Amino acid sequence: MNLLSVSHLNVNFQVKKQSLAALIDVSFTLNRGERIAIVGESGAGKSVLGFSIVNLIGKPGYIASGSIKLDNKELTTMNLRQLQEVRGKRIAMIFQDPMMTLNPVLSIGHQLVEIIRSHTKITYKDAKNIAIEKLHKVQIASPETRFNQYPHELSGGMRQRVIIASVLLLNPDIIIADEPTTALDVTIQAEILQLLLAICRDHGVALILISHDLGVVSKVAERTLVMYAGQIVEEGPTLEIINDPQHPYTQGLLNALPQMTLPGHRLNQIQGSMPPLSERPSGCAFHPRCPYATEACKQQQPKFIYSGVSSVACLMIENMIDEFDRDDPVQSDNVLEGER
Amino acid sequence: MKYPRKELIQPLSGSRWNHIVSGLIGDKLAMLALIVFVFYCLVALLAPLVAPFDMADPQFMDLMQSDIPPRWISGDERFLLGTDAQGRDLLSVILYGTRLSLTIGICAVLIQATLGICIGLMAGYFGGRIDNFLMRCADIQLSFSNMMVAIVFLAIFQSMFGMAYFQQFAMIILILVIGLTEWPLFARTIRASVLAEKQKEYVDAARIMGIGSRRVMFRHILPNTLSPILVIFTIQIANAIVAEAALSFLGLGMPATQPSLGSLISEGFAYMFSGSWWICVIPSVTLIVLIMAMNLLGDWLRDHLNPRTYKD
Amino acid sequence: MLTFLLRRLLQACFVMIIISVISFAIQDKLGDPVQQMMGMTASSDDRQQLREALGLNDGFVSQYWRFAKGAIQGDLGTSYYFKEPALDVILSKLPATLELAFCAILLVILVATPCGVLAAINPKHILSRLLMFVSSIGLSVPIFIVAILLVYVFSIEHNVAPSFGRGDTTDVFGLWQSGIFNKDGLRHLILPSLSLAIALMPIFVRLIRAEMMEVLQSEYIRFAWSKGLSARRIYFVHALKNTMLPIITVGGIQAGTLVAYTILTETIFQWPGMGYLFMDAVSRVDTPLVAAYLMVVGGIFVVTNTLVDLIYGLVNPTVRLASHGL
Repeated sequence: MNLLSVSHLNVNFQVKKQSLAALIDVSFTLNRGERIAIVGESGAGKSVLGFSIVNLIGKPGYIASGSIKLDNKELTTMNLRQLQEVRGKRIAMIFQDPMMTLNPVLSIGHQLVEIIRSHTKITYKDAKNIAIEKLHKVQIASPETRFNQYPHELSGGMRQRVIIASVLLLNPDIIIADEPTTALDVTIQAEILQLLLAICRDHGVALILISHDLGVVSKVAERTLVMYAGQIVEEGPTLEIINDPQHPYTQGLLNALPQMTLPGHRLNQIQGSMPPLSERPSGCAFHPRCPYATEACKQQQPKFIYSGVSSVACLMIENMIDEFDRDDPVQSDNVLEGER
Repeated sequence: MKYPRKELIQPLSGSRWNHIVSGLIGDKLAMLALIVFVFYCLVALLAPLVAPFDMADPQFMDLMQSDIPPRWISGDERFLLGTDAQGRDLLSVILYGTRLSLTIGICAVLIQATLGICIGLMAGYFGGRIDNFLMRCADIQLSFSNMMVAIVFLAIFQSMFGMAYFQQFAMIILILVIGLTEWPLFARTIRASVLAEKQKEYVDAARIMGIGSRRVMFRHILPNTLSPILVIFTIQIANAIVAEAALSFLGLGMPATQPSLGSLISEGFAYMFSGSWWICVIPSVTLIVLIMAMNLLGDWLRDHLNPRTYKD
Repeated sequence: MLTFLLRRLLQACFVMIIISVISFAIQDKLGDPVQQMMGMTASSDDRQQLREALGLNDGFVSQYWRFAKGAIQGDLGTSYYFKEPALDVILSKLPATLELAFCAILLVILVATPCGVLAAINPKHILSRLLMFVSSIGLSVPIFIVAILLVYVFSIEHNVAPSFGRGDTTDVFGLWQSGIFNKDGLRHLILPSLSLAIALMPIFVRLIRAEMMEVLQSEYIRFAWSKGLSARRIYFVHALKNTMLPIITVGGIQAGTLVAYTILTETIFQWPGMGYLFMDAVSRVDTPLVAAYLMVVGGIFVVTNTLVDLIYGLVNPTVRLASHGL
């Protein structure tokens, strides 16, 4: 049985009496100890997806329909008290900017102990011991001193370590990491990523990594979901997605990586930009930017279909598979090759 | 997604006036506040024409007709709002009082603004030591509260020149005292705007072209700081009128022979206990409505001109 | 921390010197104490003698020096009217004013904080809207009108609470004439402290709401939610503590307003405190008393400002190391 299963999730934002869809029919599953990544440009709805799992979407947003099940228990209908049991204890989150995530007026120790004490009945001393042990585990030097310090006395990388320690306190089943390294220096990024990976492996914690950086994703995640305009457009094993991207958007994302360009050449951008929520194109949302778009793409919403080991939502691929079924396999393989 | 915090109100330009006007038409409450304010201004301007009795007329004060309640209670056709303890027609007194209060308020804020803008521009433009010194002064002045300073100064004036002399010049002294005590608010806002404007390239460009610093300040920077000035100006008029009323209430302001709204209320308070509530209540309501209109207008302007609040 | 305290002390001295010069100038230039003390009938010889005795013929600087020396030793001159040391007269009225101010501040804190927090947590709720509406009206009603209204409703119409004076007082350790330990004193305290509190309340409700709403938007509050902390903890520990920082600063600035407001309140309710005494002294041209009042108020100012800074430093951990910032 899946640890977490999200099915047909729709999230809307209520802006001035009209509701805009931020997530449309999102479904995926997560197994115990599995590491998955959600990638996409900013505004694709990655963070909204991450937050909606623990029902923490920002104010105008709300879950319109769909279900999120943790161990077969429905999260979307839980009241605040039940959610508090899940948050932190079963599903913990790491936020993007460690400079903003810790409360500036409370000491590190206070913020750590408070988490343990609000979920379990335990003395302050025991809680402190656990906190210091976890600080140790995230390789913070002299945790006893750090325990009494305030966030402003710590560097960015150090704070992110503290946050990772705070996430570990209650041994959660799932960690949702929302761009955990984006706000950090490049050198520290790798360290933090290594740490996160090691911790997930050692403790068998499942990880949902939200990132726009395919490089980061390829190092950590076993499976990858690609999001565009609030929908999942491609899903599959990370290696497969990086080596053989199917959806034109995924291809564009990969081509846009600086490593994919020869020195001195222009970077391969995807033309145009992500549409705002209020101006969602008809049909396939990607069609205005897609180099292969046809008339049909403007009208028809693509279905999510299996294509080899990955699943993808693209009319072009759909048609190709249809043709492939009918025609000579060799020929259609050439077509695919040529198109790419 | 995070946006950089926008502390400063956007600069005012021709299109901004259109922005204000179109916004006013869209917002009923702000429109109402503006209408109330304009009405008060008109009444104040035309008081000698509108008032049923002439304040200067010696017949105006008639002790035989004192303490007549408003017309809807007493049925006395001559006095719409009744008369006060000296037999003056309350409506006429209030009209003249409004005229005085508004004049003092607006003049005082003009002084505040002039002083504050000059100091703020100087502090922001020159920076360094001058800035440090001026802002320290502003801090000290602010921490002492304008009311406190005004009370002390007026008390000193009054004892120094004697009551009769003081009353003769009460209006000018009030304008000066209220005007001179609240400049830091303007100065600080202007300084902040100037510091922000100074970063922008057009100021550098103007300087490179060899334009003198005074010209840069007044011709180039000042017009771009007009929005915050407008907001503070509106709210400060309300504050100045309240300050004037409070001072007059304490007996440190306008004398009873030349009453502002504050001194009318103060006078009326003494007669509250004998049941003549209207002498106190009607001027109070007049004052509150005026202040409320000004505050609403100021709040609305701030919200409307400040892009940061657009999101809410 | 030490440099911070030293800086504060230096600033305090500077402010006190300015106030003392002003106070002295008032005493020196205002009115003729000789006439005040001897009346119109005294002969000019007698006057001259008294002038000499009082040292009124000396130069400004030497007179100021004498004044300053006296001030440091607690001698701020003798009140013309009470014929007693001015400082003693003022200090005897201090308890009344402090009790009034203290009660008002307590009321403001106890009422404004929950109101502001409520309005911030639930901005759309009908109660919060009502609260904001009332507070924006409150912002436009001057304190003396609030007081008049209270007197009219509670004193004239319903006779619930007395509208002037302080009522009975109890002696506490022979140092303090307190009105808060007996029923009559408390009854007299109701209206003045209420009107003072109502006048200050709207500012704080609006401020707390605005700051709290801003804090609630922040990432660390979202993070706190994601940790599964209870709502009460998040609102009252995580958010309120951050909200308090700017409120404390504004509270310090409002100290001056509070003093001005106590003068108004005390005048309206004839509350026998320092403000009422001051207005009396002004109308009697009792210059030593006016000067002494300024000195005492200046002192209170400096003390409160320093206290506010200290509290700020205690609440805000970033100040402790970076004390040079202030």
